[in-house]
Amino acid sequence: MNYDKLIFELSKKGRQGYSLPEDNYHVDGFSAIPKELLREEKPQLPEVSEPDVVRHYTNLSNKNFGVDTGFYPLGSCTMKYNPKINEELSGLSGFTSLHPLQDEKSLQGALELYWNLQRMLSEIAGLEEFTLNPYAGAHGELTGLMVMKKYHESRGDLKRKKVIVPDSAHGTNPASAMVAGFDVVEVKSKPNGSIDVEDLKPLLDDSVAGIMMTNPNTLGMFETEIREIAKLVHEAGGLLYYDGANLNPLLGKVRPGDMGFDIMHINLHKTFSTPHGGGGPGSGPVGVAKHLVNLLPMPHVKKDENGIFHIEGENPDSLGSISSFLGNFGVMMKAYAYILSLGRENLKQVGPLSTLNANYIKENLKDDYLLPIDGVCKHEFVFDGLKDKSTGVTTLNVAKRLLDYGFHAPTIYFPLLFHESMMIEPTETESKETLDAFIEVMHKIAQEARENPEVVINAPHTTIVRKLDETNAAKNPVLTYKMLKESEA
Amino acid sequence: MGHKYMPHSEEDIREMLKKIGVESIDDLYSDVPEEVIFHKEYAIPSALSEIELRKHFDELSKKNKPLIIFGGGGAYDHYAPSVVPHLLSRSEFYTAYTPYQPEISQGTLQYIFEYQSIISQLTGLEVSNASMYDGATAAAESMFMLVASAKKKNRILISATVHDHVRRVIETYAKFHGVDYSEIPEKDGVSDLEQLEKELERGDVAGVLLPIPNKYGIIEDYTGVADKIHGSKGYLAMYADPSTLAVLKTPGEWGADVACGDGQSLGMPLSMGGPYLGFISCGKAMLRKMPGRIVGATKDIDGKRGYVLTLQAREQHIRREKATSNICSNQSLMALYATIYVALLGEKGLMEVNKLACDGAHYLYDKLLSTGKFEALYNKPFLKEFVVKTSLDVEKVNSFLLEHDIMGGLNLGEGRLKFAVTEKRTKEEIDNLVKLMIEA
Repeated sequence: MNYDKLIFELSKKGRQGYSLPEDNYHVDGFSAIPKELLREEKPQLPEVSEPDVVRHYTNLSNKNFGVDTGFYPLGSCTMKYNPKINEELSGLSGFTSLHPLQDEKSLQGALELYWNLQRMLSEIAGLEEFTLNPYAGAHGELTGLMVMKKYHESRGDLKRKKVIVPDSAHGTNPASAMVAGFDVVEVKSKPNGSIDVEDLKPLLDDSVAGIMMTNPNTLGMFETEIREIAKLVHEAGGLLYYDGANLNPLLGKVRPGDMGFDIMHINLHKTFSTPHGGGGPGSGPVGVAKHLVNLLPMPHVKKDENGIFHIEGENPDSLGSISSFLGNFGVMMKAYAYILSLGRENLKQVGPLSTLNANYIKENLKDDYLLPIDGVCKHEFVFDGLKDKSTGVTTLNVAKRLLDYGFHAPTIYFPLLFHESMMIEPTETESKETLDAFIEVMHKIAQEARENPEVVINAPHTTIVRKLDETNAAKNPVLTYKMLKESEA
Repeated sequence: MGHKYMPHSEEDIREMLKKIGVESIDDLYSDVPEEVIFHKEYAIPSALSEIELRKHFDELSKKNKPLIIFGGGGAYDHYAPSVVPHLLSRSEFYTAYTPYQPEISQGTLQYIFEYQSIISQLTGLEVSNASMYDGATAAAESMFMLVASAKKKNRILISATVHDHVRRVIETYAKFHGVDYSEIPEKDGVSDLEQLEKELERGDVAGVLLPIPNKYGIIEDYTGVADKIHGSKGYLAMYADPSTLAVLKTPGEWGADVACGDGQSLGMPLSMGGPYLGFISCGKAMLRKMPGRIVGATKDIDGKRGYVLTLQAREQHIRREKATSNICSNQSLMALYATIYVALLGEKGLMEVNKLACDGAHYLYDKLLSTGKFEALYNKPFLKEFVVKTSLDVEKVNSFLLEHDIMGGLNLGEGRLKFAVTEKRTKEEIDNLVKLMIEA
């Protein structure tokens, strides 16, 4: 498909894509605004008709690959199927038309849903209470770390400035700790990606606020010494933060609270099936153990003894506010619908089936791809590139070649523990047939690498654009239509 | 047994286990210590069929009361043409993730590029990022940008006339990040600019945040302010309602370094507070201090136009604890929402939306004053939102309005009411509102 116009390039003076009612107020509001407070230069915006707009964005959608297009084994992102009924229910006007500041008496249905979801997540996490305010996983991390900081401060323990983060952690972990005002201390992983308890011990002094962990870790391996780690951190006066990015394989099997975690976030757009939306909106609810409940951000939804729901706006113990209102309510509705669709009996199948799928791919591909850590994985695992290192074919090449075959690529070059990381997460919504097709293509690519490496190295060949010049994009940034016109002039 | 979202048959499971070389799925959890295994049932309801689920949502929905809305406060009841949700429901858009593989994500990358272009046109500043979570978090991160740009200064000054919910979030972020937060007091409903000058004389202000329009709906006059801030080697950010920027003097025209705000006013559903989007826009000088995703235009090896995520050296997955921010996503689908909305309306449509809102708001304002029960409070220019003072019992009035399916003005205390009017309100609705308020 060769369509490559920008919406600005469809513009023609005099076209319009809207209709508005007549202005019958017989008042000239603008005349009451002094001229020097008005815009001098008009914005340069497209003038296009409605059919132009529809065709333009439909064409753009055809240049995209989503979970509905095909298999999307992007590690750590849990690209599971996004149920259609959830899209429809979350679009009901009885919810979408609600103003966040309207009287809570008129929001009782929405608040009931909100409160129910707080309870369900608490049950699934094995924690006391959740705030649904955070907008994304990284925002949840930041909120959770604020809880951690506030906890120590509220006890007058002001010397705890450090947060321990494993070197295998998601990049957001250290970045969130930095934004929350902590110093980051890295703890090394053992060759199998697990935290080295012996390396951890000397770090645990009274300057440590807590530790951030992902379990299973970013190699998809369960941290078997988690109880020991929890004990050591708690004894040292620290708290344990659970990065919920890898919660999916634990559904029905393990609850973070039961492992000893005090604080966690959940990515509703991963574990609870809400769409990733091309990067968002997501939702990153944060759960805490009993002793931390009062520190959660405001506002918070509560239910009184008469079954009436309230938005609590003030609480002197709270860490403050991290969102304009109550978070991405539209996303929460979808997660709530997902949990109810599955129910307790199917929810507990999610973890095991996602783990089954990952292990199945791993066992089928470890002949051609280098598996640095053998043994059962959970919902995802990491290959260190092709096994045969003599071909010159890199992980990036394999990823691009997968696009030619109609698959999305895995997460590549993460975690940083290996040079050629290729992180594969299939999720439980993929059938054996899909996995078999992927396995076949991966074998085929390995064969191509041996026999005709150029075809892999120069991939992709069939996509609507081919290898893009990212170096020049960063060196000479062209970030708007105006800059583009100037650069082409 | 079995669920429609999970395609595994008994036979599939058997064959897969055989390939893996284990007896049961439980064996795949043999490494998990027994004491952390959850052996109970989740205390949540059992599965609902689609029919039951739909009924449950309908029942919940009936417990809400959709209202004719005269409240604003940072979330406005604007109208989005039917085309917008239709196009957003294309699953090639909403089931994709961050465009890590640009060759198969040109749709997402291009609409973000268009979004950046539109935001930059509205703010009058050169560049924009791919969007943030919401206006409040965008404002907090904008202030961090200013602190990072101002050498060795750590204090931010936020006007008290910025929306309360935005100031609360900035204050929380600043407190934890270790940035000194202080406020410019308000005077007669606007920022006290004399006080701002005094604060600037201390020489320790990294950044200032001023609103367009402010939390009372007032359009403040910032003539000369940017020069004074820059003169003290500080930077200026402005918190703006992007819909109004089609009409009002822009952050760029006021001389601001950064613009931020909430994209909700670009037709997004109120949706009890989210999802909306936050935007950040700035001049080229601050580009590399900007948090979040940024899309740039480039060419492929055949010379074909294409788009990529760019300037990623600022970001958390490369820089980890040295990143400009911890954000690793954007509010992408809402950026598409804003893009399509603005594409449909264009400059002329946005102007008409503002004109209808502004005329409606002035019509309501005049009508309220004419009843004798309301009086002007600030006498300052406004667009779609304004505050009046009343002798009526505000709580009683608003309860009465609620009975008539109307969300009245926001109660600011001391008899002050804040009303917002958008293009969705009609003269009849306004007449009825005023009539009911007097009756109450």
